[in-house]
Amino acid sequence: MSDILHPHITLPEGSIEKQTSTLNLGPTHPATHGVFQNILELDGERIVSAEQTVGYIHRAFEKLAERRPLYQITTLTDRLNYCSSPINNMGWHMTCEKLLKVQTPKRVDYLRVIIMELARISDHLICNSIVGVDTGALSVFLYVMQYRELIYEIYEEICGSRLTTNIGRIGGFERNFNNTAFTKLEKFMAEYPKVLKEFETLLTRNRIFMERTIGAGPIAAERALNYGFTGPNLRAAGVDYDVRVHSPYSSYEDFNFEIPVGKTGDCYDRFLVRNLEMWESLKIIDQAYKKVQEFKGAEAEVYHADIPEYYLPKKEDVYTKMEALIYHFKIVMGETEIPAGEVYHSVEGGNGELGFYLISDGGRTPYRLHFRRPCFIYYQAYSEISQGAMLSDAIITLSSLNVIAGEMDA
Amino acid sequence: MILLTLDWAFIIEKLILIAIVVSASLVIAMYATYAERKVAAVMQDRRGPNRAGPFGLLQPLADGMKLFFKEEIIPNSSNKFLFIMGPALAMLTAMMTSAVVPWGNKLEIFGTTVSLQIADINIGILYVFGVVSLGVYGIMIGGWASNNKFSLLAALRGASQVISYELAMGLSLIALLMMTGSLSLKTIVEEQMKGGWGGILGWNIWYQPLGFLIFFVCAMAECNRAPFDLPEAESELNMGYHQEYSSMKLGFYLFSEYINMFISCAIITTLFFGGYDMPFIDESSMSVNMAALIGIVAFMAKIFFFIFVFMWIRWTLPRFRYDQLMNLGWKGLIPLALANMLITGAVILARQGF
Repeated sequence: MSDILHPHITLPEGSIEKQTSTLNLGPTHPATHGVFQNILELDGERIVSAEQTVGYIHRAFEKLAERRPLYQITTLTDRLNYCSSPINNMGWHMTCEKLLKVQTPKRVDYLRVIIMELARISDHLICNSIVGVDTGALSVFLYVMQYRELIYEIYEEICGSRLTTNIGRIGGFERNFNNTAFTKLEKFMAEYPKVLKEFETLLTRNRIFMERTIGAGPIAAERALNYGFTGPNLRAAGVDYDVRVHSPYSSYEDFNFEIPVGKTGDCYDRFLVRNLEMWESLKIIDQAYKKVQEFKGAEAEVYHADIPEYYLPKKEDVYTKMEALIYHFKIVMGETEIPAGEVYHSVEGGNGELGFYLISDGGRTPYRLHFRRPCFIYYQAYSEISQGAMLSDAIITLSSLNVIAGEMDA
Repeated sequence: MILLTLDWAFIIEKLILIAIVVSASLVIAMYATYAERKVAAVMQDRRGPNRAGPFGLLQPLADGMKLFFKEEIIPNSSNKFLFIMGPALAMLTAMMTSAVVPWGNKLEIFGTTVSLQIADINIGILYVFGVVSLGVYGIMIGGWASNNKFSLLAALRGASQVISYELAMGLSLIALLMMTGSLSLKTIVEEQMKGGWGGILGWNIWYQPLGFLIFFVCAMAECNRAPFDLPEAESELNMGYHQEYSSMKLGFYLFSEYINMFISCAIITTLFFGGYDMPFIDESSMSVNMAALIGIVAFMAKIFFFIFVFMWIRWTLPRFRYDQLMNLGWKGLIPLALANMLITGAVILARQGF
């Protein structure tokens, strides 16, 4: 094994230089953000081979989904990539809408875009600051955490929860955004660019950080495509694939933004791509907010599509109108039949293309649901990427690939 | 009969001084942990410890109490003797260095003159280096005896790091020693007090800026502080060499780190910043005791400033990778230190007129 490392020296059999040691990185190691295992074969500090193990927090979401009516599956998607759960929620709602052939109003689309881009910012912010933590710069992480808090406060205003949001419903949102939500959004938009700039000042041109990340854990565009990489990790390798542009959903075609692309696909490029994407997200949110403000009068009150079979009626109507009561009962008890069909819908998640493959045979629950989870795919490449790297490189590679255990195991 | 011939007054005086210095450095190390948490909190927009006592001032005591009452765990597969040796050595070497630091000039108590230095030995700096290089045994023995792969990796990192940075550290000081011509720390301080502009211009930092930079970086590496905290890189090796330790044995390791930091700052101050020299004050015009007190205050102020700089750096910079650390040490600092030595030598020769 160690002839990768000592190509010109031939060592006798059984000499101590040829011996390698095995190190279990995980399942409970601070660098595995979540629970998964790497069995590393080390020659000193260099990694000869790495073997990844998955399944430590496998919760059988796909199987659970087969027993649940559509609206109850949203809570499962929360727990995939919990750093950007609103994107997962929205992706799932849009998949259902695709199956049910529902057209959502423009205002709903724009509100969704705001929420999804906020989620993307919080996801990238965590990922990038965690790269900082794993290189040893803890302060950056703790400093930016309070600005993720601003995003969480906006979620809170809209849906009442923070981490596993369960935000939105099939067809729209559970209620209209209130004024406080918009005020908080404005506050965030005003404060965040300054913080992001500061964050970049702390790390982007930091000599030690650059030395640590440039050339660490690189992957070529071709290999990345072969593995099925998507999202920031693929874009860092130089492929400008973005679901938001290539198959727009939720009216993304109405927005003007750029796709940042890297070159080498190493940790530094991934870091830069994520940072630039945060700036682009800010641009999108700004545009979306302007578009939302343009709706006036009755249009400004629209926050869901008109699909009484799937969208819970207002509580007052449930008490006063018979149809509303019936729909309420049917939806809550999960007794709405869904049309038979097969759909695939994907959204640009925080980590990459998050796909939902839904087959329905016409019953009340999906016949089969599959999540295309980008983290699972990234982790497959981990062994190849980390081979021959130093132990410290392997650790920042793991955090900059943004492998999140919840999404990986599903 | 030999006991009677000993100078008992001298021994008692030194014992009292030792007790004072040791307890003072313990207390300062204790409050360095508090300061570290407060500094970190300020830098991260947090509040830091503020529950135990006013402004959280009793927090170090609470931490110490907690460590004492924790269960003592010695892993079954460890080498028990060495496992206990590790933290003991780390603590011992950390405390020993303070013996040669001149904490102030001298006091006059009941008509006797008391020097504020435990031992003014003529090889002061050599002694410091000797003791500091022993310090790595604490890390190595502790890390190896734990029988844990993370600890072992950390021990190896620590050993190679400390050894390679000691070289550059020593070399950076040679230039200084060529200037002062003495290894005694007391002499070095007294040399520096003679400069102009209130004494400030006499400080070695003006003559040896490069030497100071190299020494400062190496001191940080010797203390295993970020960005050189590879032996305990918490995101890579969990806790590094003290991963398997619990209770006060862990406390000893953590404590020795802070004592080391305190002593390093004291040495930096002594060598480059005039030690107990208070600038713009003429000590000769006041009473000896007053002058000594002012000296101690000045010395402590300088030390605390450097401790703050250490913390500031720790909470700002990311950590090096192992090979980059070695590159910096062997390919960066050692050649620089050698160049510094050559330049200093040339200048000294030129001034003497070859």
